[in-house]
Amino acid sequence: MDLLWQGLQQAAVMMFHNREVWAITWLTLEVTFAATLLSLILGIPLGTWLALTAFPGRKFLMALVNTGMGLPPVVVGLFVCLMLWRSGPLGSLHLIYTPTAIVIAQFVIACPIITGLTVSAIEQLNPRLRLQLLGLGASRSQLLWTLWREARLPLLAAVMAGYGGVISEVGASMMVGGNVRGHTRVLTTATVLETSKGNFAAAMALGMLLLLLAFIVNGMLTHLQQRRSPS
Amino acid sequence: MSVPLLQLKDLQVCYGSRVALDVPELAVSEHETLAVIGPNGAGKTTLLHALALLLPKVDRGALLFRGKPLDYKHDGLAYRRRVAVVFQEPLLCDASVYDNVALGLRFRGRSRAEILDRANLWLERLGIEHLRRCSSRTLSGGEAQRVSLARAFAVEPEVLLLDEPFSALDAPTRAQLVDDLRGLLSSARTTTVFVTHHRGEALMLGDRIVVLAEGRVQQMDEPSRVFTAPINEAVANIVGMEMIVPATILGQRDGMLQVQVNDHTVSVVSGEIPWVEGEPALVCLRPEDIHFACVAGNDRAGPPAQSPGESWNRLTGRIAGITPLGGQFRVKVDCGFPLVALVNRPLFLEGFLKVGNEADVHFRADAAHLIRRHERTSG
Repeated sequence: MDLLWQGLQQAAVMMFHNREVWAITWLTLEVTFAATLLSLILGIPLGTWLALTAFPGRKFLMALVNTGMGLPPVVVGLFVCLMLWRSGPLGSLHLIYTPTAIVIAQFVIACPIITGLTVSAIEQLNPRLRLQLLGLGASRSQLLWTLWREARLPLLAAVMAGYGGVISEVGASMMVGGNVRGHTRVLTTATVLETSKGNFAAAMALGMLLLLLAFIVNGMLTHLQQRRSPS
Repeated sequence: MSVPLLQLKDLQVCYGSRVALDVPELAVSEHETLAVIGPNGAGKTTLLHALALLLPKVDRGALLFRGKPLDYKHDGLAYRRRVAVVFQEPLLCDASVYDNVALGLRFRGRSRAEILDRANLWLERLGIEHLRRCSSRTLSGGEAQRVSLARAFAVEPEVLLLDEPFSALDAPTRAQLVDDLRGLLSSARTTTVFVTHHRGEALMLGDRIVVLAEGRVQQMDEPSRVFTAPINEAVANIVGMEMIVPATILGQRDGMLQVQVNDHTVSVVSGEIPWVEGEPALVCLRPEDIHFACVAGNDRAGPPAQSPGESWNRLTGRIAGITPLGGQFRVKVDCGFPLVALVNRPLFLEGFLKVGNEADVHFRADAAHLIRRHERTSG
């Protein structure tokens, strides 16, 4: 118990007085936001298209997306590593062990999650709603916008799931980012490192910050999701 | 009439190998209400979707607006902004009643002031202004359908397309809404196509009626003509002629056709179709037109007073079954062929109508309608 209590006290001190901890937190925020945002930009239109369009091969594509929703981060890490490795196909971009590499890996993890959940969010809507909106004179973009508004609750759940997937992920970030101090060290990789060094106070401080970040972002999204009858 | 507002030409829609709709020609004039009736699966909704340019594909045919053919790809949005569609379910957005009524106007990019004016006007005309701030989720079925109608009327469409808008509502709510819609249509004079499987609604709202069955237009005429002179068995069924009995033409007498039905000879006012002696026909009758004259040993129902120019048929049979309907009773009489009569409660409560009793039934010669019988293997 002492270990836990002392750890908590030291963690509280570190959280407020350690510049490095703040830098790591800030980088984590930047990387996860960028990855989630990119996943939204691709995943929501892709998911909507998959939900609304009938074409040959749709089922196969859906199976791919659904498999992608459960991709093990270490496999993604390995794959992105191979692509970005100096002698790999994208090696000339010199992205391995940079924050951009982490964003790429996290994007590969979050995008299928957001796409898959968008498909089910749109499919949950009454299929005749689309006809009704067209029958009231909606243009293509007005139709999409109105459908997204109607599906906003499950779509926000998709955003939360995507964000949750990347902020908690450690394997891929470690592999493609390298956990380089002051450069690619994020909250999850730093927590692993401090724990392996037996530095439990630091690890706990980092862990609590991670939880706090997850809570603040999800809290805001939940607030948005549960707001009833927008004016 | 000059050029019809809306015109379908040579339209064919197939779902797989099944022909869902095959309409060589259908025209809707400006300011008229065209009621489309037919049984389930007749192609009514497909027809309405075709008129709204909402079908994913049309196998053949064209839709003309004011005489100009519409191009499916390029005229879609512009045309759909001239019309408004109301579906069987209200399909409201998860927003306030006001926002729902304003939706079509917002799609059209109207100014805030205009949206406010129009939405308020139609909220008031449909009697739902007190609900304007309510969430659409809290509405009853009837209220929601009023919102859906207000949303369609608010865009002041050139054509209003209504797809069975009342069929999910309970009877009193439906009656009130049909009544209100009748008032709105006669004052707004919006060209309307109204799809229903309820013949009462078609009669109340339609200036003309189209009867659809098996994807084909069976008859298109004024309501009174469709209801009194259906041209075939399918139409007769849809317009409520429950009894359709095979018969043979015997000949003319006193300006009436004499028709053989089983062992009975029945007088029928001849319609427009020329008949030949010995020709097979079908006699169509409505339960509302069948009356009881007297029941074995009991004369209390009384024979009908025969006024000049009226001719009645009288048949004797045995009561085979009675079904209570609340205010009325359906009484089935076996006269060698089944006849069904609707009996009002007071008459029924006199007690002489009992299963097994002999009964005299009668109907006017002009209540029976004759249509041609085409010999089929199914009989």
